[in-house]
Amino acid sequence: MSLPADVVTWFTTAEHWRGDFGVPHRLAEHAAMSGAAVVAAMVVGLPLGIWLGHRGRGGAVAVNLANVGRAIPSLAILALTQQAIGLSGWPGFGARPAFVALVALAVPPLVTNAYVGMRGVEPDVVEAARGMGMTGGELLWRVELPIALPVVMAGLRTAAVQVVATASLAAVIAWGGLGRFVVDGFGQRDNAQIVAGAVLVALMALVTELALGWVQRAVVSEGLRPGRERVEQAPAVVTA
Amino acid sequence: MPDPWLRWDWVRDHTDDILAATRQHVELTLLAVAIGLLLSFPLALVARRWRRTTGPILGFTGVLFTIPSLALFALLVPFTGLSRTTAEVGLVAYTLLILVRNIVAGLEGVPAEVKEAAHGMGFRPLGQLLRVELPLAVPVITAGIRIATVTTIGLVTVTGLIGQGGLGAFIIEGINRDFRTPLVVGSVLSVALAVVADVLLAGAARLLAPWARR
Repeated sequence: MSLPADVVTWFTTAEHWRGDFGVPHRLAEHAAMSGAAVVAAMVVGLPLGIWLGHRGRGGAVAVNLANVGRAIPSLAILALTQQAIGLSGWPGFGARPAFVALVALAVPPLVTNAYVGMRGVEPDVVEAARGMGMTGGELLWRVELPIALPVVMAGLRTAAVQVVATASLAAVIAWGGLGRFVVDGFGQRDNAQIVAGAVLVALMALVTELALGWVQRAVVSEGLRPGRERVEQAPAVVTA
Repeated sequence: MPDPWLRWDWVRDHTDDILAATRQHVELTLLAVAIGLLLSFPLALVARRWRRTTGPILGFTGVLFTIPSLALFALLVPFTGLSRTTAEVGLVAYTLLILVRNIVAGLEGVPAEVKEAAHGMGFRPLGQLLRVELPLAVPVITAGIRIATVTTIGLVTVTGLIGQGGLGAFIIEGINRDFRTPLVVGSVLSVALAVVADVLLAGAARLLAPWARR
């Protein structure tokens, strides 16, 4: 039988949609893990990047964090975390090191983009806001953050897509998620399962990217919409 | 006694393997970035020449870039097997977005007056591109090459899952045998390669475009 037909058969086999090893459970696992890791990384990374950008300090560290993060292979972070904290424990086998590794991967792009976004607010605008009598808090919440939002959101998209991608690699360190199908498929030399898993993983990443792009357009003020590419490029081209 | 993070006796016994893996890692990376550049230049030129193609070209390379590495390699395996070809096709695919975007951005950054002047001096389009616009775009293009190279060095480790991987093979071995030394050796050397490559490329960029020094 041909491969496309095998893949269709795989997707239409009822057994693959039931129980703890079925697609719905793996998908939920993947989404919950990714969501939790991104939220945790936002709690750590956004205040740090925004504060550094607001104060105009630690620029070299903030900007280079993403470059350093890129140099460390995600597979290495996963495996080293697994060795450092072990596989067992709440909330499931392999979940703890996967979570820690994913948070560690998501923090750098968030910090870097929050910093770059805050620094991109023109001094004249800040000056004008101060002249209008705004306090530090008002300046931050009503002027700097809204203007920095496109770049911050671009960082969030980068981080989230990377987390979803790396969560699939966590199957290599014995966690679940959608990557399980691919890794098990490799082990069993089952091409249909490999391709089916790969399709699911790819769709999950693309949906994440599209959904966050939609959120970005919804939350960013209309007056602040330059070319989307330029916004995403800002952090990528800033290399020291 | 718990497994130590690094057993020097293992390192001593495996120097040849470590050197061979490092070499393979460098080869996989160089080939991927080189092919990536060969494909990106025409793509970027097309994207710039015909505006209507810019969106689709960046969109397509963007989709490739968004697909997780595990999935991309997995999708290729049924066609090209657990082979070096599979690894290279995937690695090249990831370089495209970064390279095309930076080549386009670099060429767009050339001031209009400069192009005007070149035109007035009698440069033909090709000569103007090769001798005026590309040299001025070098800083942005080399920034893209640096990012693409560092990203590729990291991604090569994932190809360990399809039987390639250079230093990634040590990381996989460490995971499979629950043995820290190869894992640490593979991880540390991979990061070291990325740092060395970045520094070398930064130096090359300065030599090529000394005016852009900051």
